[in-house]
Amino acid sequence: MRPLTDEETKTMFEKLSKYIGENIKLLIERPDGTYCFRLHNDRVYYISEKILKLATNISRDKLISIGTCFGKFTKTQLFRLAITALDFLAPYAKFKVWVKPGGEQSFLYGNHIMKSGLGRITENTAQYQGVVVYSMADVPLGFGVAAKTTQECRRVDPMAIVVFHQADIGDYIRNEDVLT
Amino acid sequence: MAACSIEDVLAKAEKDEAERLKSITVQKELDLEFDTGNLLAFDKNRVDVRDFKSTSKEEFLRSLARDNTQLFINEVWKRPTERIEDVIVVKLPEATTPLPREKPPPKPKAPTKWEEFAKLKGIQKKKKTNLVWDEVHKEWKRRWGYQRAKDDTKEWLIEVPVNADPNEDQFAKRNNAKKERVAKNEFNRLKNIARAQKLPTPGGGLVPTAQQSKAELTQAINVAKASTASAGKFQESLPKEKAPRNTGKKRKFQPLIGDFTDERQKQLDILKVLGSKKPRIDMTKAVNKQMREDDRESASNARKGPGKKGRKGNMPGKGRGGFKGKGGFSGKEGFSGKGGFSGKGGFSGKGKGRGRGKPPKGQQQNPRSKPGKR
Repeated sequence: MRPLTDEETKTMFEKLSKYIGENIKLLIERPDGTYCFRLHNDRVYYISEKILKLATNISRDKLISIGTCFGKFTKTQLFRLAITALDFLAPYAKFKVWVKPGGEQSFLYGNHIMKSGLGRITENTAQYQGVVVYSMADVPLGFGVAAKTTQECRRVDPMAIVVFHQADIGDYIRNEDVLT
Repeated sequence: MAACSIEDVLAKAEKDEAERLKSITVQKELDLEFDTGNLLAFDKNRVDVRDFKSTSKEEFLRSLARDNTQLFINEVWKRPTERIEDVIVVKLPEATTPLPREKPPPKPKAPTKWEEFAKLKGIQKKKKTNLVWDEVHKEWKRRWGYQRAKDDTKEWLIEVPVNADPNEDQFAKRNNAKKERVAKNEFNRLKNIARAQKLPTPGGGLVPTAQQSKAELTQAINVAKASTASAGKFQESLPKEKAPRNTGKKRKFQPLIGDFTDERQKQLDILKVLGSKKPRIDMTKAVNKQMREDDRESASNARKGPGKKGRKGNMPGKGRGGFKGKGGFSGKEGFSGKGGFSGKGGFSGKGKGRGRGKPPKGQQQNPRSKPGKR
């Protein structure tokens, strides 16, 4: 376990800012205590200082997970967000997509969101903007990337892909063994 | 008294004389063993301990050594002698006693890369005769090397291959190829030596191969860049050049539990830089805004113009999309959905009233949305 280097922090923030913009600041400066990002086994964990200090008692090879996993660095030093980060992305999300009950299941099985499954979308969403996906009952389901702008969404046919799937809460079952 | 004393003196003088010029014949109980080649003599006679203790030890040893040396010299002069430039010399025979060597035996030669490979693959050397019959010269010649048989660099005529450039000098080509092979061989020989002595093989430089890989080229560039008087410190790099990886520089990390406020400040600084990098005018955003305004304008025009019936005419084009009509987009969140889900099929309630012209299409959509609900 170690703090992120400047480069790693930058890579991660760039990815996070696609979803929550400058709200990252709220993750760093929290009124309820000190929280920090730590790298362990190529994964980035968001941990409170208190838990971090407790975790130092556990040897490196025995430590599987700690705090909340935000994602992992690939071997080529790219950052991939994990579904476990959803709890922190959802409240601060800048661009949201609501999925109709009909399209919910398809999304939770790891498919992209079609226009037919789209309930609502935040206005002004640009193409390839990171979006957080909600059910119509405002339950966060996952996140993805907008394939079309809001304007284009209105014009495309119902089978066109509107949001590219990136992660959804179905991952908890599908990727149970690799999620930490 | 005096005579007696004179006799004594004479006797003593004689004895001294005898002592000084000892006889060349020495009596020994057992004959000595000689190894003249090594200038060696073994005395196997027992040393009388009483003798050794009664006389002066030094004296005893000296006389013993003298006697044995005498015997050895006698043995040497038994060999045939000859005179070389006023000096009489003896030719010593072959040594018979095997002596242990001074230095440890040399270590076996480290195998070359080829030998290692051959051992791995089980390739064995085949003995070939050194001489082969040369048909041209009608004589036996060496298989390889100087004046070898079938020496292709010594041919007076070479047929130009069909697919070769006719202007190419085939003789020069052969000579060059030969030189290239020799150079490569020499390079490999040096590499083998370096490997055997565990010296660092000169890395970086381009090895004489036909095609260099990308990794080899990058390494060569990195080595060349660092090979300046200042070890590459002032070397300029190309605009998008990446820093060399795996240069043996150790990464340093911040402590796991260090200054948290400092860490936070650092992260905020990074955020600030990230934020400042964004362009002032977001082109896609601007275009979107323009498109939205156009939409709004056309919508309001439609409302002003033909009135309610005109809207109806607008519907068919969009109504198919499964979303409710155009009216749904006027809200802040793009597609206003709530009304749409009050019904059973996910078709908009609003559309129901206005798009009355298309009820069959609405019905068609119901079955499509149903499977999704399962």
